[in-house]
Amino acid sequence: MRIAIVDESASRAAVIREGLAALDDCEIFVVTERRGLVARIGEIGPDIVLMDLGNPSRDVLEEYFAVSRVLGRPIAMFVDESDEESIAASVDAGVSSYVVDGLAPHRIRPILDLAVRRFNAFSRLQSDLAEAKGKLADHEVIAKAKRILMDSRGFTEPQAYSELRKTAMNQGKRIADIAEAVVTAHQLMGGK
Amino acid sequence: MMAEDATNGELTIGFLPLVDACLPILAREHGFAEAEGLSLRLVRDMSWATVLDRLLYGHSDAAHMVAPLAIATTLGRGRPAQPLSVPFVLGLNGNAVTMRPDLARAVNPAGGLGEPAAVGAALKAHIAASGQKLRFGVVHRYSSHNYMLRYWLAACGIRPDIDVEITTVAPPFCADALEFGEVDAICVGEPWNSVAVERGTGEIVLVTAQIWRRGVEKVLAFREPVMEARRPQAEALVRALRKAGEHFVDPANLETNAAILARAEYLDGDATLIRRAISDRLLLRQGGELLHYPDFMFQHREAANFPWVSQAEWLYSQMVRWDGLEFDSADARKAARVFRPDLYRSALLGTGEPLPGASSKVEGSLAGPTSVSMQQGFITLENNSFFDGKPFDPVLLESYIQGQRSA
Repeated sequence: MRIAIVDESASRAAVIREGLAALDDCEIFVVTERRGLVARIGEIGPDIVLMDLGNPSRDVLEEYFAVSRVLGRPIAMFVDESDEESIAASVDAGVSSYVVDGLAPHRIRPILDLAVRRFNAFSRLQSDLAEAKGKLADHEVIAKAKRILMDSRGFTEPQAYSELRKTAMNQGKRIADIAEAVVTAHQLMGGK
Repeated sequence: MMAEDATNGELTIGFLPLVDACLPILAREHGFAEAEGLSLRLVRDMSWATVLDRLLYGHSDAAHMVAPLAIATTLGRGRPAQPLSVPFVLGLNGNAVTMRPDLARAVNPAGGLGEPAAVGAALKAHIAASGQKLRFGVVHRYSSHNYMLRYWLAACGIRPDIDVEITTVAPPFCADALEFGEVDAICVGEPWNSVAVERGTGEIVLVTAQIWRRGVEKVLAFREPVMEARRPQAEALVRALRKAGEHFVDPANLETNAAILARAEYLDGDATLIRRAISDRLLLRQGGELLHYPDFMFQHREAANFPWVSQAEWLYSQMVRWDGLEFDSADARKAARVFRPDLYRSALLGTGEPLPGASSKVEGSLAGPTSVSMQQGFITLENNSFFDGKPFDPVLLESYIQGQRSA
């Protein structure tokens, strides 16, 4: 079976490809370029096309599937009435799938399930990354706030940190939020 | 405890970054939705396919949508049928035909906005002389852009799909597609024509308001069962959107609204280009003068948001025409029922908003200002004609379709 993964994010496409590589007798093609997309799909002649929902070329490709005879067999969005749940799961995960006419649902299902799992794994990776970045930023702002307190109130570093922590606990806020407030206040008062 | 759906005022609305997504955005930003007890969440996407998927699978409650797509979805064109309902038209027109500069000058040598019949005749001659099959880009198969472009070409004796090729191009890439020769012309909404002009890759030749002076464009679409289950919220949304429209067309609010629409979470675009479009001003070609074309976009006056059943029927007539279908009276009834003036009326009854007495009208029959019978309030309808002067009488839907076939 020939599977085309259309995704402008090369890293996500790689994650999906890796997941699908485990399947037997599947040939996988990744298309990340927008220009020439339709011609490329024509060359590949896929049985299944997986495309992320955020891709601006979806309408272009759907139009192509609707009118083109290049692929020999019609290709349509995979919406099997009996399989509403799996379609809903794929929309939730952010992937749309197009399947050539006549392909048995039991052959499509495992591919779709794998793609959904990979899409979900990728967005988890991204949110982990965002969280890690957030932590890094938190760390920086706390260090700045400590420095301000040490300079302005003669605290040692542990005292400055404990002051931030105490205030955060009293106000039911995160330490980073208090630190942010300290830094902002300091800037407003003319500090650097 | 979560509120029951029937009383929960939270509504999620899908949209594409186009200037005619303005009313839901402004209803949220200026508190018109809040005043109606609604809390709007707006979800931006990059393709109509995804806006539709989110609506069908419950990620959104309602969506900004190209009008023909609401009818195509109801009739099951391209995917299994799901009935959609349109209680509110988000606007009329607002699109333009932009061509490669050399083609624009060949078919519209006088410059300025062309006259549709004259440009069409010149285009036909150009195609015959060059033997070249020109490619036109539209934003979606089921878009008003596609139907307006085809209506114009066909009325000028140019057969779409035979004499020219019409293909889909995503709005943000229209300027690119012109630049790289993927298409020779585009029919798209703003700000994308202006982006092509700014980049020198295109010149605006016509606006769609010249093809049909009052052509239906984007609509607010719900899944029918969702609209019925949440009818109080749908009606509240109609009232909030009317208020947003009043604010939107007031010239005093131009700067504020252009700045809001330009924001990263909405159109993420150039406030100058957006301000031009929403004030009906266009720069047709690089180095030219700004042109004021009144009612380029039409969002509020003349009860512009009223979902006339005759508009839905005209769209059905074009779907039959260009999808090569047979007229089917059951489909025609289903298509007509997508537009829901009954909900629009019950939402606005007792307010100061004008409500027409009829739910259908002969489209394109007015050459000048005409007062119409009203259920509530007063409006004067102005010229609403098609450029070829042919009216569309919904009572004669089937013979209209036959007439187009033999044309």
